[in-house]
Amino acid sequence: MKMKKMASFLIFLLIMTMALSGCNFSSSKDTSSKGSGGDKSGKSKQVLRVTESSEIPTMDSTKAHDTVAFTVLNNTKEGLYRQDKNNQPIMAMAEKHEKSDDSLVHTFKIRDAKWSNGDPVTAHDFEYAWKKVMKEAGAYNYMFVTAGVKNAQAIMDGKKDADELGVKAVDDKTLKVTLERPNPLLETLLTFPTFLPQNQKFVEKMGDQYALEYDKVLSNGPFKLSAWKHEQGWTYVKNPDYWDAKNVKLNKIKVYVVKNDKTGLNLYESGKIDRVSLSASAVDNYKDDKAFKTKTLAGIGFLRFNLNHPALKNENIRRAINLAIDKKGLTDIALNNGAVPLYGVVPGNYYYSPGKKDFRKLNGDLLKGTAKEAKKYWEKGLKEIGKDKVNVSINISDVEESKKMAEFLQSQLESKLPGFKMEIKAVPFEQRLEIEKSIKYDISLSTWGPDYSDPMTYLDMWVTGSSANREDYANPEYDKLVEKARTETDLAKRYKMLLKLEKVLLEEDVAIAPLYQKGQAILQHKNIKNLVQHPSGPEFTYKWTYIE
Amino acid sequence: MKRYILQRIGFMLLTLFLIATLTFFLMHFLPGTPFNNPEKLTEKQIKVLNAKYGLDDPVALQYLRYLGHLVTGDFGMSFQYEGRTVNSMITTRIGPSALIGFQAMVFGTIIGLALGIISALKHNSIYDYGSVTLAVLGMSIPSFVFAALLQYFVGVKLGWLPPALWEGYQNTILPSFALSVTVIATVARFIRTEMLEVLGHDYVITARSKGVAEPKVIVKHVLRNALIPVVTMLGPLAVSIMTGTLVIEKIFSVPGLGEQFTLSILVKDYSVIMGITILYSALFILIVFIVDLLYGFLDPRINFKRGAEA
Repeated sequence: MKMKKMASFLIFLLIMTMALSGCNFSSSKDTSSKGSGGDKSGKSKQVLRVTESSEIPTMDSTKAHDTVAFTVLNNTKEGLYRQDKNNQPIMAMAEKHEKSDDSLVHTFKIRDAKWSNGDPVTAHDFEYAWKKVMKEAGAYNYMFVTAGVKNAQAIMDGKKDADELGVKAVDDKTLKVTLERPNPLLETLLTFPTFLPQNQKFVEKMGDQYALEYDKVLSNGPFKLSAWKHEQGWTYVKNPDYWDAKNVKLNKIKVYVVKNDKTGLNLYESGKIDRVSLSASAVDNYKDDKAFKTKTLAGIGFLRFNLNHPALKNENIRRAINLAIDKKGLTDIALNNGAVPLYGVVPGNYYYSPGKKDFRKLNGDLLKGTAKEAKKYWEKGLKEIGKDKVNVSINISDVEESKKMAEFLQSQLESKLPGFKMEIKAVPFEQRLEIEKSIKYDISLSTWGPDYSDPMTYLDMWVTGSSANREDYANPEYDKLVEKARTETDLAKRYKMLLKLEKVLLEEDVAIAPLYQKGQAILQHKNIKNLVQHPSGPEFTYKWTYIE
Repeated sequence: MKRYILQRIGFMLLTLFLIATLTFFLMHFLPGTPFNNPEKLTEKQIKVLNAKYGLDDPVALQYLRYLGHLVTGDFGMSFQYEGRTVNSMITTRIGPSALIGFQAMVFGTIIGLALGIISALKHNSIYDYGSVTLAVLGMSIPSFVFAALLQYFVGVKLGWLPPALWEGYQNTILPSFALSVTVIATVARFIRTEMLEVLGHDYVITARSKGVAEPKVIVKHVLRNALIPVVTMLGPLAVSIMTGTLVIEKIFSVPGLGEQFTLSILVKDYSVIMGITILYSALFILIVFIVDLLYGFLDPRINFKRGAEA
């Protein structure tokens, strides 16, 4: 009797669970199931299969704030400009771009293009979306300040209403943007997803459901989403209504959410995906694989110095620390993931002068030297501060990679600089940031990623009082030069200023110690061509990708 | 009996309330903000955002407001996934977690029972040693190690089952199996010990001497009595499965709750942390409660009424 009761209870549980588990399986109909068939089958079908490390947080371009969302938006939508294969801005929804003589008024002619519901893309869609960003304090509203759009700063400060933003749809096809100052970066910034248009009628019809599902958002870009299974992945299909559809070759892109490196690798090995990034520990095993390659990214790692610290405020001490670090050893031994040593604050391979020269090559290696020179500066510095010992601590995030680097730096510096002692303080990421922002550290192991594709994104952060200048660095000359470069429309002149800024920051003031440029080791099938990877904003553009 | 149940439910609600309170305050002591892109946020932006979400109010006031929403069953909006309610996130993600958790319990109990019974009946034989070794391995090796091994060998090398993702029933087998290892080991060990003990009892000898058929002796007399302590083990085991899913889901890319939970703590998504903590605690308390009831059904010697009064 009792047993029966228990049995019936268990059956009840079972039924409940079965009912619960209408379990969201994403259909596997269209995936080539097993084996390494990826190489051959991909070609005729033009299907690309990749992974992302997280779910899409939002598809609302006015609220988007992370690389995953930016990538999806960049491939399903299109703004006035988009980034080309070399990360340079090219006209997209804009067909014509006219500037007033003082470079303050920009008039854009919108090309004939359609939303995926058939509505035409109009200038009103831009005005609506841009004002929406300001109204709802979207995560990247400061991009409008960076762009110099009229009244953006005042709106952010609460002094003006969002409707007063300097953007106006003159008619369906003409968009007028007014700036507060000439801005040589305008085109570059306009490729950023925060500047994407939205169809007001559609957005309002969807209400608070807007952009939460694949069919609750419109597309005017090369692809549109045909499925979006939360936390599992999403599928892009070619958008036949896209104005430049004839240049889009891929028919379908399947994206799986995979958060574990090893899992990604296993999926690649079993032929489920075409591209995977490798963790440092897997690099040695795959170094000789023909699909293996390393790529430098645009993020940088560096040491911040607290310039109020009694020893670290001495320039010679900072210079000695800079020169004593074997950066090659740091990237090859401690990191081993495709990162390369960095002797500047602007990384290489991404930013080019008007004459098409790499910024890094133009400025050369800054703060590079030998252990002997380091020791010389060290002794000089010690004499100046009147001490023979320096004890500091280094503030790092408690992740494996940072710990390895900190230990490496510790052994380097303590052996090369006699009397130097560095204690490692590992704290959670968020806390590391708080300590940094309140300048309560001695040395901090920090990283930075670009907001837009221009050296300025690494240079204007050091202006006095800037929220990213977390070390009390202050040089009025530097501030003045940044201000001048911001509005200089002669691009050659402007570039010279940028080069000068980096030299002031590093060679003259030794404000930080650059360490490395981030890198990535990946396995990617050789037949995938033109998979364009960007330094900032969206990570990928699939528009020109094809399978050979 | 009725009184006992009501009393237990009262205590359960109180426990839940205490957990919610403690979590709420602890969570607000974590450094940082729940907002995205913390590296680039300026003081000013954080201020604006705090005001927008009411996070600039005193924590006590926020707490009262949260409780107010909670009693209506509203867990609030996620910070990480803008525009999504925590309720909708939980309902879409609980299915996969429940499925693999349930399967792990079923696989684990059945296989564990079989192993335990065999080794008890064939005491000191090669079968016994084999299953004891298996049980010790299962207890001592963490489930995520099994998960990685299963994924590599069964998923990649042999190609029998998909190594990860969530595309159909076949995708649920490896994660369920990886999760069930602890259950198998625990159940097998307990059943073996208990059965060996019960087999020596007088009533078993009596039953045998009366000429009761051996299978009947085993099922009716031995197994039933041996099951009692095992049932008490199932509660804690179910809980270990709930925590086990945190890692297993990540390894097999299962779109479940556990994975969401760890992520929400890392990014300080306040409302999601609260929602899932409350859900997990409620489940935990419920399981303990059910196990206590089952215990009574299985063992008539236990009297709820007396127990409650004592």
